[in-house]
Amino acid sequence: MATLELKQITKSFDDTHVIKGVDLEVNDREFVVFVGPSGCGKSTLMRMIAGLESATSGDILIDGQRMNEVGPADRGLAMVFQSYALYPHMTVEDNMGFSMRLAGVSKDKRREKVLEAAKILQLEPLLDRKPKALSGGQRQRVAIGRAIVRNPSIFLFDEPLSNLDAALRVQMRIELARLHEELDATMIYVTHDQIEAMTMADKIVVLQGGEVEQVGSPMGLYHHPRNRFVAGFIGSPKMNFIAVEQVSSDAEGVTIKLPGGETRQVPIDGSGHAGGGALELGVRPEHLVLDEQGPMEGRIQVLERLGGQTSLYVQMGDSLLTIMADGDVAYRVNDSVRFGFSSDRAHLFDAEGLSLPKLHRHPLAGLRRQDNRAPSDTVGQ
Amino acid sequence: MDNVIRRRTPGARLARAALYAVLIVMALFYLLPLLIMLLTSIKPLDEIGAGTLLALPEHPTLAPWVNAWGEACTGMRCEGVGGYFWNSFAIVIPAVAISTVVGALNGYALTKWRFRGSELVFALMLFGCFIPFQVVLLPMAQTLGWLGLSSSRAGLVLVHVVFGIAFTTLFFRNFYVAVPSELVSAAKLDGAGFFRIFWRILLPVSAPIIVVSVIWQFTQIWNDFLFGVAFSAHDTQPVTVALNNLVNTSTGVKEYNVNMAAAMIAALPTLVVYVLAGKYFVRGLTAGSVKG
Repeated sequence: MATLELKQITKSFDDTHVIKGVDLEVNDREFVVFVGPSGCGKSTLMRMIAGLESATSGDILIDGQRMNEVGPADRGLAMVFQSYALYPHMTVEDNMGFSMRLAGVSKDKRREKVLEAAKILQLEPLLDRKPKALSGGQRQRVAIGRAIVRNPSIFLFDEPLSNLDAALRVQMRIELARLHEELDATMIYVTHDQIEAMTMADKIVVLQGGEVEQVGSPMGLYHHPRNRFVAGFIGSPKMNFIAVEQVSSDAEGVTIKLPGGETRQVPIDGSGHAGGGALELGVRPEHLVLDEQGPMEGRIQVLERLGGQTSLYVQMGDSLLTIMADGDVAYRVNDSVRFGFSSDRAHLFDAEGLSLPKLHRHPLAGLRRQDNRAPSDTVGQ
Repeated sequence: MDNVIRRRTPGARLARAALYAVLIVMALFYLLPLLIMLLTSIKPLDEIGAGTLLALPEHPTLAPWVNAWGEACTGMRCEGVGGYFWNSFAIVIPAVAISTVVGALNGYALTKWRFRGSELVFALMLFGCFIPFQVVLLPMAQTLGWLGLSSSRAGLVLVHVVFGIAFTTLFFRNFYVAVPSELVSAAKLDGAGFFRIFWRILLPVSAPIIVVSVIWQFTQIWNDFLFGVAFSAHDTQPVTVALNNLVNTSTGVKEYNVNMAAAMIAALPTLVVYVLAGKYFVRGLTAGSVKG
């Protein structure tokens, strides 16, 4: 059992407020990802959970126990750092066994535990090497191994994959997901990469400017972002925003006037919106559809062929829109294209950037990563 | 050697030869004083009067060295500089050791355990590097008096430690600032405290900067004259002061060969340190970061 609870956590350095009152619950064996642009406070928040930074106010509870005054080594957690932070003068084995050595564990016992962790991570042939004789991926695994031998109740990962090349990153992502299952531990993971967040998280915490913007499952955030920031941050390429006008609103949804004059109805609850007219339509690149009868028109500025897909960057009025289209589309740069959008995937944002609620909840919005697996002993919420 | 591809034209070869010629001449010119000292120190006195400075000795002798070590007069006593030579070691070794250890701890605390105002503390310590020695002579004499350390070796050690800390702190601080702080965070999570992190994590990667600090401090303290002459008594004088007394004590003829031999003895330890560890000195000064 390992749960984590943050209650109104704040952190200030003199007059700079880095964390402005964060509340969060992390359940046992959950994989939680903190994601946000750089400077949003996600790493500071993690260092506070680890005990490397003190909280200015608020409570940090692990398994219901207040941990604010407990030292980093006694909180029962282990951390993997962005730079791996391997001790350069020690062998892999000594690196992994360092915490046990400090705790006065006998040499045999230490070796046994290190070997156990090395087996999980396929590090056995490397135990006598120094960190500088290892590749990036191997160093990464040693850093994870050093965390595993401590038997922590909670694992903390601070951007652990950002120093790896793209191919290795995908591989380590899969390995971490596997590890999460194998160790059955609670994991908290910090990243600025929304793909890592989407692929690994049971629960994503989107942070900006020291505040939580939204907490939810990956599919929940994708389909029901609370505001324009979350909508733009989750999903790649980024969501397109198009200025539209509200014409009317009823039980079937909101009718909007698109640039170019045509109207469309989208299944969104407009009752909470006090009229005014000006709204922003949010449509993801994968939900914009090339269509010769489509209501909107633009000129292709750039065309990126990825093989399976083609990204079209289309100028419409002042805005450059991204459309994900089929890999074989025949268009060229400077061509004019017409396009529409799938209305049940569309979002509407008011002048404050808050999204209007959708009429129908997406069927997968509550899905957690663990639910993708065959039924097992997963503990539901 | 280097990997630069050069065209081997005759002109280029000539330029290279000229370059080396200039370098060699310069090097010889720099070595000249040392050569003259050495030659003079092994000549009998009558040859010095008769020949030129650079003339090779006809009857080389080690007598001036023996004399300088054990018999020459430094002021009232005629015991040579040998005793003072050991005096210097008795002052230099503890002073170097203490100032290096304290500097390392300071540098560690100022970079890895930052506190409110730590940058200001560092700036003030840096200021210590620029205080002229003469300014502190009187207050220091007063302080040593209060501490009951006047004219003692311990007093001189204290003075050199106090002055050395500014430099050693600067060295270690600039070295440790390049050591990733995540190492310290990781060690904290592994359960290590302030001193254990220093001992187990920082110190093992500090070899280059320790060499720099030791050489620098050794040379500074060994060559010190001002503090030595101001704060020592007869039997606690360092060799630099004894050398000065020896040269200034004349009984009729100036014994240049003995003076030179004594000067060589006084200069030998720093020379040896440079020859043995000089390359680590340069390496340590230029070594930036520790790559994990």
